[in-house]
Amino acid sequence: MSFFDNNVQQLKYEVLSEVAKLAFANELSAEKLMDVAGIVVPEGKARMRCCIYKERAIVNERVKIAMGGNAKKTNVVEVLEIACDECPVDGIQVTPACRGCIAHRCVNACPKQAIEVVDRQAVIDKSRCVECGRCIAACSYSAITKHTRPCVNACKANALAINKETKKVAIKEDKCISCGACVYRCPFGAIVDKSYITQAIRILLESRNNAVFKVYAVVAPSFASQYAAIPEITIEKVVTAIKKLGFFSVIEAALGADLVAYSEADELVEKGFLTSSCCPAFVQYIQKNFAALEEHVSRNLSPMARLAKEIKQRDPYGKVIFIGPCIAKKAERQLAGVKDLVDCVLTFEELQALLNAKGIDLRALEETPLNNASFFGRIFARTGGLSEAVVQALQEKEISREQFDCKPLACNGIAECKTALLKANKRLLAENFIEGMICEGGCIGGPACLTHSSKDRAFVDSYGQKAIEKTIGDAVAVFE
Amino acid sequence: MNIYVCIGSSCHQRSSYAVMRQLKAMIAENRLGNSVFVSSAFCLGHCAAGVTIQIDDEIITGVGMGNIADIFQDRILAAVR
Repeated sequence: MSFFDNNVQQLKYEVLSEVAKLAFANELSAEKLMDVAGIVVPEGKARMRCCIYKERAIVNERVKIAMGGNAKKTNVVEVLEIACDECPVDGIQVTPACRGCIAHRCVNACPKQAIEVVDRQAVIDKSRCVECGRCIAACSYSAITKHTRPCVNACKANALAINKETKKVAIKEDKCISCGACVYRCPFGAIVDKSYITQAIRILLESRNNAVFKVYAVVAPSFASQYAAIPEITIEKVVTAIKKLGFFSVIEAALGADLVAYSEADELVEKGFLTSSCCPAFVQYIQKNFAALEEHVSRNLSPMARLAKEIKQRDPYGKVIFIGPCIAKKAERQLAGVKDLVDCVLTFEELQALLNAKGIDLRALEETPLNNASFFGRIFARTGGLSEAVVQALQEKEISREQFDCKPLACNGIAECKTALLKANKRLLAENFIEGMICEGGCIGGPACLTHSSKDRAFVDSYGQKAIEKTIGDAVAVFE
Repeated sequence: MNIYVCIGSSCHQRSSYAVMRQLKAMIAENRLGNSVFVSSAFCLGHCAAGVTIQIDDEIITGVGMGNIADIFQDRILAAVR
């Protein structure tokens, strides 16, 4: 049974698992790494590409990414050119479903006179077509389609270009916010996130079972939805599994979220207008597209970094490894103020590969409790949660409506973020707090979640209800 | 004197937050705020042994609301007075 939505994730997982096995065994030699392709793609018929030799060549590239990728490039998202299938970029096309009807709605809908009917078949004049899509909507037979590459379609940051000569996709570094939408959406797995699993495993091995130093796992709030659809696997069993990998302790990043909500409420009152800083892709989106608004980005660390700071204050020799749904977190970890706090970032996909490499079966484990955060910290995993938490924090701090009237706007996904930022840029925004989540649905829609289901939000909320601490103040009191 | 109260998940579920509040209250009541400092620890590594606290270098397990007053009397108050 697969843990994933699609087979690209499965392939990534198989490669990561093999590399992780070598890393745990301290056998990361060039020779052993060369063997991975033959293990993932055994002799026999090709499953994915024209032949097993191409499949193996792609696996070899994936192994490099699993080892950290091109160190000269800072972006954590990279294109695997060999894996890019050069999807057609033909724009709007009339398919054979065109019946050559007599209504000619498509012709009439076209604002550029780009369509004519020739021999009872609609024909598009490419030199005139502006790809507005009105003909697509007008056709009674759904016979007109638009061919956009799935990666380009997914990238709402407008950071992907097609190389005209090679037809391969390329990342526009000045636009890319490392959100990873293309990584999840490319049907050929040609855009990938660099992996730091070998760094994580080295930290675990060097800690010698937490005798030399302790290794803390900080798990993102969206942990709640990762395995929720599998009845035999509980969150508490996964905590046991993470400890079996060699971690000393597992802590909810949601506790960091409680801390962030508490101090962000103060900052909001102080500044009067604020945009959230929890989502690193959202922060990058502002920096790259709305430089004038950068001063309004909250100065708060993200929940991950905030909690890591508390851990390091108490245990300066300890190492912190974050495990989450997010690719942009890998980029956040490279920031000056974060890299000393967080030692490594893994995704849920990568966690699963580590567990597989160690032969840990989640179903068979005993349970270890996980309970650090409040309800409000836990709901940061889904859109709207951060806003609810900040409103709650203001209430708990007894800041009345008269003192400060908080009007939050929860932006679900990059399109809503863009609209809000455009308004804010022109001072036309009615709200005074922008919660920006680049992924649809919030972190539960993150590109490195194991699965994406419409029930995820409900899973997060019901996990939130199980929190011992009912208020943010109660959860953060232990830090006073 | 430094006291660390474990706030890891196991201890939290066994009411370590309440233990911490109680300790702070007793310290304030006895005006020891300048000599006894309470802080939290993420995990003291005794997850199966009830709430764990650390008084300077000494680990005490099996702490709870039922015995925290005695521990305060015997181990903390006695030591600082």
